[in-house]
Amino acid sequence: MRYAGLLVMPAGFFLAVAAIVLFPDPARRAVFLIAGLAVEAMGLGVAMRGHMQSQGEHRS
Amino acid sequence: MSVSTAPLTETSFALALGLLMLAPLAVAGMALINTGLGRSRSAAQSILGSMLMVAAAALAFALLGATFADSASGTGHVIHLAGKQWNWAGTGTIGLSGFATAPARAQLGLLFQFLAVALAVLIPWGSGADRWRLPAGAAAAVVLAAIFFPLLAHWSWSTGWLAQLGANFGLGAGLLDAGGASAIHVLGGLSALAVVWIAGPRRGKFPREGLSTAMPGHNSIYVLFGCAVAAMGWLAFNTAGALLWCDVALSTLPVIAINTWLAAVAALAATYTVTRVRFGKPDASLCANGWLAGLVTSSACAAVVTPVQALLIGFVAGIITPLLVEFLELGVAIDDPAGAISVHAAGGIWGLFAAGVFAPHSGQVLAQFVAIATLLGFVFPLIYLAFWLLNRFVPFRVDADGERIGLDLHELGGNAYPEFVVHRDDSYR
Repeated sequence: MRYAGLLVMPAGFFLAVAAIVLFPDPARRAVFLIAGLAVEAMGLGVAMRGHMQSQGEHRS
Repeated sequence: MSVSTAPLTETSFALALGLLMLAPLAVAGMALINTGLGRSRSAAQSILGSMLMVAAAALAFALLGATFADSASGTGHVIHLAGKQWNWAGTGTIGLSGFATAPARAQLGLLFQFLAVALAVLIPWGSGADRWRLPAGAAAAVVLAAIFFPLLAHWSWSTGWLAQLGANFGLGAGLLDAGGASAIHVLGGLSALAVVWIAGPRRGKFPREGLSTAMPGHNSIYVLFGCAVAAMGWLAFNTAGALLWCDVALSTLPVIAINTWLAAVAALAATYTVTRVRFGKPDASLCANGWLAGLVTSSACAAVVTPVQALLIGFVAGIITPLLVEFLELGVAIDDPAGAISVHAAGGIWGLFAAGVFAPHSGQVLAQFVAIATLLGFVFPLIYLAFWLLNRFVPFRVDADGERIGLDLHELGGNAYPEFVVHRDDSYR
């Protein structure tokens, strides 16, 4: 699950890069950039969740 | 924020050089903080590890990293995409050859980067306290100094693609980050997250039943004195960075120094209040984290905001930091003894965002968003991958016996405090 989250995060980065390349309009750029950051936050959240699960299994 | 190639005046050169002579105080302060926040049984290993990591980073940066970071030649490895140039790496000479004859500005830029990389590699060291082996720490420092730091330094302080976002895409002035919030602090903070994920928590930190075990730092005097020492280094980094990377007028340097100071004191006041309200008494180590978080935010924004804005930015950092430290430990089971993830990664991202909000350039916040997206979505997964691979060859974590007796005895053969009597550790259940 941690790796799944880490694999999702680059998708957010490419969304952000696509936003500045594809949209000259500042409003659309901003929306896509925020969407890219949201995807990264989601990936980080999934990776955190995976870390919590593995910690639960290995509590000492 | 692309670097100027105009020659420095003699006054600017002398001032920047003098300021950079003070910047190692940030490194010394960070080493003291990391040591104080760890346990007494690993104190000598911690401070020696700090020196070893600085040495490993300097060697790796001199031999290879400076080539990619290159801010002197004004050129770079370029990809052409969508009709624009994406300058992604420097084209300096390998091993610093020919640098003695480079322009004064380029030489000072290189000195700034040598000191900045030392600070960046120390950030994850505190998070891996009490379990991260010396050879693994040094190897991680080499990876950070040879690959990740140089690329981020080139992107943000030179002719790199983040610095050119303004010229190429009309996003404000390009990435604004004179003091190194992205290349030093967010890089270090995200590395810290990768380290604690790979090395795992200290033994006994998260027992099968109940809440996490409190493992307070062994010397709050080191921690708080380290904060005071680090502040002097930060003043030097922020003012010298503004001179070198933003080409500011000399008359603006006092305001930049005041902004740095105000961000730190506001953050400390906020953290003091938050911990006083939440726990009934102020918490010294969290207050130290708050102070540092204020300094980290100032790295991004001190050169572009007013004193009142710096105060506000620091105050918000001081509120967020202790809450995030608590959430990461209790809510997400992350064992980060130094709080580096909250202080450096989150504080740096907040500083970058705030610089975009308050900077007087249209579209600046979007440039800062692109930088944050790059750090989180591109750099962090690669750091994790690099450290995961490194852990296969140089295991990060000490064995259970070494952790039990302490890294001083295990790795150095002697304690930092030989007159101390070692008691049974109640945290081992």
